[in-house]
Amino acid sequence: MQPPPPDPAVEDALVPVSALQHYLFCPRQCALIHVERIWAEDGATAEGRILHERVDGGRPDRRQGVRTVRGIALRSLAHGLTGKADAVEFRERGAAPYPVEYKRGRPKSHRADEVQLCAQAICLEEMFGQAVPEGALFYAQTKKRLIVTFDEALRALTLQVAADVRTMIAETHTPPPRFGPGCKHCSLADQCRPTRLEKPPCVQRWLTAQLDD
Amino acid sequence: MRRHLNTIYVTSENAWLRKDGANIVVEVDGQERGRAPLHMIGGVVCFGRPGASPALMAACADAGIALSFLTPNGKFLARMEGLRTGNVLLRRTQYRMADDPARAVPIVRGIVTAKAANQRTVLRRALRDHGDRMEAAARATIETAEARLVHIARRAAAAQDVATLRGHEGEAALVYFGAFDAMIQGDRTAFSFRGRSRRPPLDRVNALLSFLYAMLGHDCRSALESVGFDPQVGFLHADRPGRASLSLDLMEELRPVLADRQALTLINRGQLKARDFAIDEGGAVSLTEDGRKAVLVAWQDRKKRDLRHPFLGETMPMGLVPHVQALLLSRHVRGDLDGYPPFIWK
Ligand code: SF4
Repeated sequence: MQPPPPDPAVEDALVPVSALQHYLFCPRQCALIHVERIWAEDGATAEGRILHERVDGGRPDRRQGVRTVRGIALRSLAHGLTGKADAVEFRERGAAPYPVEYKRGRPKSHRADEVQLCAQAICLEEMFGQAVPEGALFYAQTKKRLIVTFDEALRALTLQVAADVRTMIAETHTPPPRFGPGCKHCSLADQCRPTRLEKPPCVQRWLTAQLDD
Repeated sequence: MRRHLNTIYVTSENAWLRKDGANIVVEVDGQERGRAPLHMIGGVVCFGRPGASPALMAACADAGIALSFLTPNGKFLARMEGLRTGNVLLRRTQYRMADDPARAVPIVRGIVTAKAANQRTVLRRALRDHGDRMEAAARATIETAEARLVHIARRAAAAQDVATLRGHEGEAALVYFGAFDAMIQGDRTAFSFRGRSRRPPLDRVNALLSFLYAMLGHDCRSALESVGFDPQVGFLHADRPGRASLSLDLMEELRPVLADRQALTLINRGQLKARDFAIDEGGAVSLTEDGRKAVLVAWQDRKKRDLRHPFLGETMPMGLVPHVQALLLSRHVRGDLDGYPPFIWK
């Protein structure tokens, strides 16, 4: 028997898995993208998109007994998440699905990539009714697979971030910028204007001052 | 902020625009007249009756490039824009602010203050550039107007309601345009100015100003749409069907800097001649096709020139100013700034 279709309100409130990563990088960036729908494509995001188009585009392939399915739609109604997996590997019959996410660049100090992968695992668990203990991040620059174990701490962090993002989107709130090293790599810096808007002056006073020679 | 991308102006009446790979191609009578990669383009503006292929339209929509259709004199006809623009949260707040004087007045105050201050700067620069060659009477006219505009700007900066601000704006326009003729050098028989006439323009200076305002209006509208505003709901200009009131609002502070100054340069450097204009039987004056081309080339060049943005403190091409102002207005509406910092040129 087919399960009943989900409640439309629940479907509407699903948070994109990619938003969690944006939020950990910078909450304001997350709001600019997911609340205000500001879109910016610079070299970095274009490169990322091309990489994704390539991994999404392929059909399932089979290599050394591993079947890889690319670009599957992911969803968890229990945790309010939606997204897409770069690749999910099925190693042998009955084994847990194994998510693999492709990343430009190299492993980062913040946990955004791990959280994104863990959110995918949480979705896969609900979809396949099966525990997903582990996955991998593949970094293009180092050409290395980094194994990620979905332990309690990572799961708790992932769900906490998901809850924070959901609140932010529901309140349609955009937090003020916090200028930091990440701004240099942020494709939205031109729209965000972190240096000027972090501590903006009182505009009326600024205006009056402009009239003095 | 987007980069300063080029606008393609298509002036040939029977042009056809199509997509070829990742390029836009302009054809006239089946002959290729130009091509450019789409990622280098911010907008396409067609005068007259050029057509465009659906494939090109789709590519433009996808890349966030607006395709606009104008009459030969620059009057707006239609525009094709992709899905990406429009931010419902921003628009809803925009409407609420437009309805709430407590929130609208400070925005209008900034716009009117900046407009008077910028008109004053135009007068000041004319004195600086040509002052020693001017007749004493012309110089005196400009100096008096300049001093009055300083006072109007100060009063505007302290005004408490939109009606008062509209009054200041009208007064500033009278003073400024009263001195405009004094700033005109060069061919005085072809170019003299006796006050603004718009419908239709009754002299060459007015025809030139109208055309430049139409180009500026187009850029302001694109800028506002690209940050997600509804260009039809303004703060200074009241709603009227078919009128892009918010574009008109944004234009106010930018007209002196981007358009008026350009008009004076074109006339005073002799880049436009009497024969670049046509006068019809009824006395309406408009630019000829060659005249329009000369203006558009100068307009494009001017947009590439750098200036220092007063609020951001950054150097940027003039062509980006409407975008930056639209962005700053959106950041005010979204709550990042406690007011809208208008563009003040010194
Ligand atoms: S520029 Fe900096 S503060 Fe602004 S969104 Fe990007 S990372 Fe965040």
